[in-house]
Amino acid sequence: MTTTAEITRRCLALYEDLDFASVRAWKAAAPGRKVVGYMPVYVPREIVHAAGMLPVGILGGGDGLEVIHGDAYYQSYICRIPRSTIELGVTGRVDFLDGMLFPSTCDVIRNLSGMWKIMFPKAYVRYFDVPQNYVDAIGGSYYAHELAELREGLERLGEVRITDDALRASIAIYNENRRFVQAVYDLRAREPWRAPATEVYLLMRAGMVLPVEEHSALLREYLDAAAREERPRRDNARVVVTGAFCEQPPLNLIKSIELSGCYVVDDDFMLVSRWLQGDVPLDGDPLEQLALAFLHRSVSTAMRYEPTQAEKGRFLIDSVRRTGAEGVVFAAPSFCDPALLERPMLHSALQRAGIPFTSFKYAENAGQMQPIREQAGTFADSIKLWSAP
Amino acid sequence: MTVKEPSMLKQKEMIARNYDRLTRAPQHGEKVVSTFVPGNLNELLLCFDVVSNLPEINALQNGMRKKTGNYILEAEKLGHSEDVCTYVKADVGMMAKGNLAPNGEPLPSPDLLLLSYTGCFTFMKWFELLREQYDCETVMLHVPYAGDGVITENMRSYVVKQIREVVIPALERISGKKFDIDRLREHLAESARAEDDLVRVLESARHRPSPIDAWFGGVYYIGPIFTAFRGTPDATEYYRLLRAEIEERVALGQGPITPDGEMGEQRYRLVVEGPPNWTHFREFWKLFYDEGAVVVASTYTKVGGLYDDGFRHDPSKPLETLADYCMGCYTNRNLPQRVDLLEKYMRDYDADGLLINSIKSCNSFSAGQLLMMRELEKRTGKPAAFIETDLVDPRYFSPANVKNRLDSYFQMIEQKRRNRPTAA
Repeated sequence: MTTTAEITRRCLALYEDLDFASVRAWKAAAPGRKVVGYMPVYVPREIVHAAGMLPVGILGGGDGLEVIHGDAYYQSYICRIPRSTIELGVTGRVDFLDGMLFPSTCDVIRNLSGMWKIMFPKAYVRYFDVPQNYVDAIGGSYYAHELAELREGLERLGEVRITDDALRASIAIYNENRRFVQAVYDLRAREPWRAPATEVYLLMRAGMVLPVEEHSALLREYLDAAAREERPRRDNARVVVTGAFCEQPPLNLIKSIELSGCYVVDDDFMLVSRWLQGDVPLDGDPLEQLALAFLHRSVSTAMRYEPTQAEKGRFLIDSVRRTGAEGVVFAAPSFCDPALLERPMLHSALQRAGIPFTSFKYAENAGQMQPIREQAGTFADSIKLWSAP
Repeated sequence: MTVKEPSMLKQKEMIARNYDRLTRAPQHGEKVVSTFVPGNLNELLLCFDVVSNLPEINALQNGMRKKTGNYILEAEKLGHSEDVCTYVKADVGMMAKGNLAPNGEPLPSPDLLLLSYTGCFTFMKWFELLREQYDCETVMLHVPYAGDGVITENMRSYVVKQIREVVIPALERISGKKFDIDRLREHLAESARAEDDLVRVLESARHRPSPIDAWFGGVYYIGPIFTAFRGTPDATEYYRLLRAEIEERVALGQGPITPDGEMGEQRYRLVVEGPPNWTHFREFWKLFYDEGAVVVASTYTKVGGLYDDGFRHDPSKPLETLADYCMGCYTNRNLPQRVDLLEKYMRDYDADGLLINSIKSCNSFSAGQLLMMRELEKRTGKPAAFIETDLVDPRYFSPANVKNRLDSYFQMIEQKRRNRPTAA
């Protein structure tokens, strides 16, 4: 029987491998295979999968990559993820990518789509826009067309036809994956000592490079192993970590939050796996179903317009209530416009709801964790001392 | 003494009148709509007789009046990060400090926040922040980015549907006025007239000497057409006057008028990418004209509409033309298009080089500019330089640094000239 430690070791190896050996192996296993990269936060991976291609999350270089070339492309006041992504590109570490999708996350990712077009002219590059209008006949219709354009683009890239049946099959496979992902998150919210934040992070991170079927199997194994293993329960404060939806924090930062006395019971690290809440129906037009799911069952995050003031912060507060969290840790990358502009509004919402919070910034390559540990530790202590009923 | 030409006096009077109208709107029973410059729907707003308030213009006006330093500090005290857009913080800080317009009177609360999401992600967050302050109706006009360098029918139809089904009903509701498409057509025709004259003004920089500075002077020239006046007879008249003045300068072989009077010898013709700094605007400009550097084309003057590639508001397709306008603004174009445009400017205006003013606050402009610079050097063989300032945060304007870089840049241009092979 596989243990959580074994699964975690495998996931850690995938996480640390900035040459993406597993992806290269997948591609080499059969002639004509194509790999399509995507950046945070959300792209409909189902369509890439239905084309027989492997969608691969490109989340920057973390703290394991020395950025030499990438810094020459960006001013000091721009976040880290685009420069380490450029580094991955110019050093040939992602030369297996046949295509690259840049979602409408922010202006930096948006402009990176144009840079990629200039720097890698042979690749299929698409800026993937999503609607900020959530009316079926307006934003829904626009988005369904955008999905159709993506489908056509991938068909041209792979010289394949993506049938509706193939799309439905892929949606079903991703539905299953979303259920397993949710099950892991539910387990951690219920019994966080059984599924430490670093392990959950690495598990989800593995889903960025593994074929979805393999990832689902891994999640199932982890759930089984976690249920079997007894682990010590600590008197930690339960927190939700938010703001880290694009540039990822170094693993040590997540570890530091845990070591400082916090159980992370929810987070927004890799929202692509949980963006659509619940199953996407398998009947009807599959692109329309993906569009409707996006309009009406998406997570709420900074890159998405919130149509009413009353809803601002509700998703986060609901997450706190649902998971029994005692506080919120705002961990945002330096120079991240969406997260940092959103933060004051979420602060206000939490204040109104009487939920304690603390905030700090990080960079994907940050090495000094002592200040984080002190801040998170103080926060955990304050919760334990003063927030108890 | 600085010469004040009729067009300058006219613009000054128009802006003052508009701020007076805006600050007195509640007394006169007029409705106020806050909206952004790029992709603004001014012709449509005119159909409902609402007064528009443009937060970016307030921020830049405050920047030029040296007020934004304190406003930004105030916003940071309120919890806004030092990392984010200073226009937003200048606006938030201004509200916290009494929300006074440049005429010294309080700005009214908007009746509608019309979020035109063109070319800048931050706009969305900015309006969410304003909504929290004002608690008023908000309408989002989502303008898709031209990621592939084209405007597709799907994109156009999406914007038109939003204008028809979301924006117009909200304006009708707020103003109590029924939408009249013929009135919109009239305003669009008025816009097109002014746009023709603006293009002639901008293109006058092809002359030697250039009669205009297309960046420092250009930001004044775009004032009326980018803001509350596009589509009005006032704007048409302003551009008619301006064009006549510029044509006269061309005929007389004169250069642009600077704050220190008419510019002397023009030694360097530059194309500039990026917005200017507003907090030290005159000091900044002086660093250029003192050295004989004139800007012959700029991209910032295309941020609220790109007319010199042929676009005109078209009364025969009123909603479609608004959609095309929104999607065609400079920062809504992808990076390859921006590089192409700059290359064209460098050739069409016979520029000596490219200068990028990289703005700390503005990722929409700034992210990717270093690659743009490399690409343009490669394509044109002309020298490029990079300076860094900010829009309205005085902490990020270092005159000595900027001067050093400009001096080196001008030397580089001289060096290139000396090395240029001469005809046998």
